[in-house]
Amino acid sequence: MQKFTKLSSIATPFPRVNVDTDIIIPAKHLKSIKRTGFGEHAFETVRFDSEGAPIEGNVFDCERYKDANILITGDNFGCGSSREHAPWAISELGFRCIVAPSFADIFSGNCVKNGILTVELPQGDVDALVLAAEAGHEIHIDLEEQTVLCQNAKYDFEYNAAHKEMLMAGLDEVGQTLRASKAIGSYEQKQKAATPWLFTAD
Amino acid sequence: MSKAMLQSMPQTMYDKIWANHTVEERAGGTALLYIDKHLVHEVTSPQAFDGMRAAGRSIHRPDSIIAVPDHNVPTKDRHLPNPDPMSTAQLTALEANVKEFGLNYIPMDDKRQGIVHVVGPEQGFTQPGVTLVCGDSHTSTHGAFGALAFGIGTSEVEHVMATQTLQLKKARNMRVTVTGSLPLGCSAKDVALAIIAEIGTAGGTGYVIEYAGPVIEDLSMEGRMTLCNMSIEAGARAGLVAPDGKTFAYLKGRPYAPGDDQWDAAVAYWQELPSDHDAKFDKEVTIDGNAIVPLVTWGTSPEDVAPVTGCVPFVAEFEAEAKQEAVIKSLEYMGLSEGQLIKDIAVDRVFIGSCTNSRIEDMREAAAVIKGRHVADRIIEAMIVPGSGLVKLQAEEEGLDKIFTDAGFQWRDPGCSMCLAMNPDKAGAGEHVASTSNRNFVGRQGPGARTHLVSPAMAAAAAIAGHFVDVRDFIRGSS
Repeated sequence: MQKFTKLSSIATPFPRVNVDTDIIIPAKHLKSIKRTGFGEHAFETVRFDSEGAPIEGNVFDCERYKDANILITGDNFGCGSSREHAPWAISELGFRCIVAPSFADIFSGNCVKNGILTVELPQGDVDALVLAAEAGHEIHIDLEEQTVLCQNAKYDFEYNAAHKEMLMAGLDEVGQTLRASKAIGSYEQKQKAATPWLFTAD
Repeated sequence: MSKAMLQSMPQTMYDKIWANHTVEERAGGTALLYIDKHLVHEVTSPQAFDGMRAAGRSIHRPDSIIAVPDHNVPTKDRHLPNPDPMSTAQLTALEANVKEFGLNYIPMDDKRQGIVHVVGPEQGFTQPGVTLVCGDSHTSTHGAFGALAFGIGTSEVEHVMATQTLQLKKARNMRVTVTGSLPLGCSAKDVALAIIAEIGTAGGTGYVIEYAGPVIEDLSMEGRMTLCNMSIEAGARAGLVAPDGKTFAYLKGRPYAPGDDQWDAAVAYWQELPSDHDAKFDKEVTIDGNAIVPLVTWGTSPEDVAPVTGCVPFVAEFEAEAKQEAVIKSLEYMGLSEGQLIKDIAVDRVFIGSCTNSRIEDMREAAAVIKGRHVADRIIEAMIVPGSGLVKLQAEEEGLDKIFTDAGFQWRDPGCSMCLAMNPDKAGAGEHVASTSNRNFVGRQGPGARTHLVSPAMAAAAAIAGHFVDVRDFIRGSS
């Protein structure tokens, strides 16, 4: 997984609330058995009309935000379905960091596993960043310091320590957990005695 | 703090299950949590199996997994070749993967096949006190049994397969108490919608919700599943109901449930699970069950709820500017106007099914309304999709299929169907759908489709009337 330490980029403003994962990537596009190819359908209803023609001026395709690696958006972003295809699709649009007042739990977990940083800031700060994004200002994210810098403003954000370590090191989580296989083994021995009906196959 | 003191501290059911499954504590409230049960379907698993193969890893406990196709299976003409090559690729991949990794598998032509969240409980795979996961957000359904059950992403599916654990941060505890008793014509779906309307779609974010109170105790296991299913629509990754006599009676004798030799020990363990009477919840919400009425969603978020006797709200009723903008967009998408009566919304299509409402009780609830009546002329298609082959057989044994087909409903084969329209079951652009599913998101049931979430009885009544109607009038026979 790609490491995440610092990121400086212009940002795409998309201040909509309750953006669900069906908006990020509609179910009809989930039929691939690969992790790639979802970007072209990302935010389909925002980018294309019902005939499939591009919607003029949508923030995801317009020239102005073409190089943005940061998405500034609304409350409860990523709610709904658990599909990891959502962060896969967002990655393919070039975003490595999403800033919002709040994120749905499953979605933010899925982001960490794909090297995407989710930054939660109060609504007022997000509003300011939306304006900055619209004005084309560069935004600087520093995960180590847990800060967002934009023009003369500095915003601190909270972030889960374990997730920070994973992102900064670009860790393979499965490999990391397998280092605890001894503890997992002794837990299973204990549970076989406590709840034997859960180990019927042995 | 000593261990003895910790044990004497009052705990919620969630605290207990969490503690029972903690393999290792990590920094910042995170733990390595042991996972007992894992349900797998065709859409969110292929990339996980690929990852396992690429890393040369084996599945830690193949016995902890049941795989069953549900999301994109056709619900009719199954004897014919699947018309969608992409779906076929996923179904074929699942079949090849379960063979390669040696997993329990319920194929499409098996009478037990159905929606993972119907199959798990039906097979006795879902049990009190276990941790259960699936690459599907409606895994919260299984909390109806007092199981800590939640949806996971594909990377986590792979993580559980390889390690039998997940690295997780503990959620906070919320209790939603529903007092009184449910009025005539209302069911678990109305309770779920009433709760979401009250706390909002982000109200449960960061929490596990325990449902309590007389209304919850009175619900059948099917009703509790409907309620826990929609916890995720309130933002909570998991919902819980304390296991009781109904739970044990439901499980007894099912294929994966503890056998006779272990039954008493299991029940004794399960009886220890409910929250201690003095356990502390971080957030408490109380809903007056007596005041619940049949509900209908009017917008594109499950919190956009109105009583069937009410009307579409005015934008000015909402305080937050962002919500006002969202409501304007919703009404435009839904083709509705402020102040319009819910009963004046004409319905074009009806879908009774999904992991929320496709169990035998839902079939009976719909049949009670439909019996002796006929689907309105304006309805393009009214479809009933049972949650599993076993639900289908049971309904047919009770003669419900006859009631449905006589009334002009289609009686389909089990699967997720028009809940998310991954298979050919879709609604057309601009069509209003009375749907017993769980999400009214933009495009969820097909591009441009307008979804209204309702209970099975309300969906059935809308099919008969051709517009939304108060099912209580049907039941009283005054319509």
